[in-house]
Amino acid sequence: MLDPILLWSGLINGLLQGSIYALVALGLTLIYGVLHIINFAHGSLLMLAMYGVFLLFTNFGIDPYAALPILVIGMFALGYGLQRVLIGRASHGRDENILLVTLGISIVIENLALFFFQGDTRTIDVPYAFDSIEIAGVFVAIPRLIAFGAALLIAALLWLMIQRSDVGRAIRAVAKEKQGARLVGINVDHIYAVSYGIGIACLGAAACLLMPTYLVYPTVGHAFVLIAFTVVVLGGMGSFPGALLGGLLIGLCESFGGLFLGESFGQIGIFLVFIAVLLFRPSGLLGARV
Amino acid sequence: MKKPTRSGNLGLSRRSLVKGSASLAALTALGGFPQVLRAQGAAVKVGVLHPVTGAIAFAGTQARIGAEMAIEEINKAGGIKSLGGAKIEPVFGDTQGKPEIAATEVDRMANEGIVALIGSFASSNTLATTQAAAKHGIPCIVDVAVSDKIVGRGLDNVFRFSPGFGKCSEDALNNLVKINTVAGGIAKTVTIIHEDSLFGSGLAGLLNKRLPDFGFEVIETIAHATPTRDFGNVVTKLRATKPDLIVPANYYNEYVLLARTMLQQRVEAKAVYSVLGGAASNYRFVQEHPKAAQYIMDCNHWADPRKDGTKALRAKVEATGKFFTYEIPMNYDCLHLCADALERAASADRAAVKSALAATNWKGMIMPYQAVEFDETGQNIHALPVNTQIIGDDIQIIFPEELATAEAVYPMPARG
Repeated sequence: MLDPILLWSGLINGLLQGSIYALVALGLTLIYGVLHIINFAHGSLLMLAMYGVFLLFTNFGIDPYAALPILVIGMFALGYGLQRVLIGRASHGRDENILLVTLGISIVIENLALFFFQGDTRTIDVPYAFDSIEIAGVFVAIPRLIAFGAALLIAALLWLMIQRSDVGRAIRAVAKEKQGARLVGINVDHIYAVSYGIGIACLGAAACLLMPTYLVYPTVGHAFVLIAFTVVVLGGMGSFPGALLGGLLIGLCESFGGLFLGESFGQIGIFLVFIAVLLFRPSGLLGARV
Repeated sequence: MKKPTRSGNLGLSRRSLVKGSASLAALTALGGFPQVLRAQGAAVKVGVLHPVTGAIAFAGTQARIGAEMAIEEINKAGGIKSLGGAKIEPVFGDTQGKPEIAATEVDRMANEGIVALIGSFASSNTLATTQAAAKHGIPCIVDVAVSDKIVGRGLDNVFRFSPGFGKCSEDALNNLVKINTVAGGIAKTVTIIHEDSLFGSGLAGLLNKRLPDFGFEVIETIAHATPTRDFGNVVTKLRATKPDLIVPANYYNEYVLLARTMLQQRVEAKAVYSVLGGAASNYRFVQEHPKAAQYIMDCNHWADPRKDGTKALRAKVEATGKFFTYEIPMNYDCLHLCADALERAASADRAAVKSALAATNWKGMIMPYQAVEFDETGQNIHALPVNTQIIGDDIQIIFPEELATAEAVYPMPARG
């Protein structure tokens, strides 16, 4: 059982899978940090983006990686629009309303997907799907390595943007002190929508990185969103580095849990971590900073 | 193509409510003389319950398509003649792949007045539905669910059209031995990878017990959850065991991920031989991932390619852009079987239909069975699986000989 190759494989697979969890969680944590809401529509929007990648590939032959800018911009626009037109208006400034609105959006999107695609599982077959390299005895699929690198890069860029750019400063200002931000002339509604848009754009990127090796069906979001919530809580609600660290940790936790406890029982580790964090470090590993 | 009705929506339209209460009133008034109603050919409600959402939604959706096509045919051909040409009115349900929801769906359908229930694909779901249906005295025609716990619980309302675990794995093992012997007995060791619900675990347990009797050594049994997002570790473990044969038992999504990961990690074996493999007998898998699917063998349900009914149904299904997976012909047959029972019962009474089903001797199926006859446990004694192999862009039958459309490719060539 303690074969070093298995441990090595567990480490690699955990990190690769964790980077995707981190990317999904980044969006969630940004939305939480700024809008102070749990975005229940996160899973179904990821599913929507994945279908987007699928449709672009099957109808127009656009490679998932080439589709990344399209999806990121498209999902940003969708997110911006959703917040501006639907969530913001329907909330009337009350957080519990926003919660229900995002839940409603997720139900609508999922059922639309069910209507248009049925329960079918769809995959795309890119020519490089089965390319892999051997790293010290463990085979790693190239698309998953690309996903790992891209996820880290996107996280870094996002962090830079939040720290250095004007929009980033405005986002941080709104997250910290809404009234104050409004007083100094920041358009809070706009910044809300931008934050929501960026959060959703992360999903567009995640979808492009996932599709070469994964599959899509109307409820695929469920498989990721629960993990993403755990990641956000683990890393600290609203913390970027926390989401990244949390994602990688949860990936490792799942991977090693699977190795030591068996694949089916191993997933319990994720939720044990979730409960442990809530009990002993409710603010998460890296506190609540944006 | 009809849109799948979602469960949980208000399935009762005003019309069916009126119709339902009218017939109920008539029944009570007539005190056991429902023949009068039949003269008007009131529709007979049949429950069609499958997992059309959730982790195993693909199979469930396919199953529903088969049922819908059969119902359309039966109704077009004049409905149930002994009931005055009564049309079959499907009451659709969705188990979401979850036993507890499956059971509540049965209660809902019972309230809507179904006479018989078809379904529900997954073993764990069907265990729940058949038991819930027994409370209401509803006869159940089990389409696919293979766990042998489904029959033999002493429930007299269960009629399984298809072969169970026991039959499938015995046939699979016998055929495997034949294939292996012809090739000079090259395979000796086996690794089993299975999903951890009733279907996969049950099968793995059975294979673990029986494979040694056939001269194979099981070196590792790996369980995983449904859904599993990543098979990296499972396949690394698999590589480490270096088996001659890889035996997967999982549902569609996980099967596809597993097969793709095996190719990514360049796993080579004498054969990938599944028993009731989720994707191994699925055209979508073959078309979308020909390379990962190549040469995989399966022992599974399969329609008889020689029958005209099979050809016609396959053409019809493919014309709608769907894949002709085995769930379709099986549910198609189950609905026709149900119509046969209704015809003979000449009554829309649950008990009468149940007795008619118990006395079935029907030969109209497109599955390669000789007939449908149920033993005292409710198992169709003629049900059997066949062996298939993915060769090129098609799925060929390689066993039994009389149905075979191609020679087995064994051991499989390197796929790299």
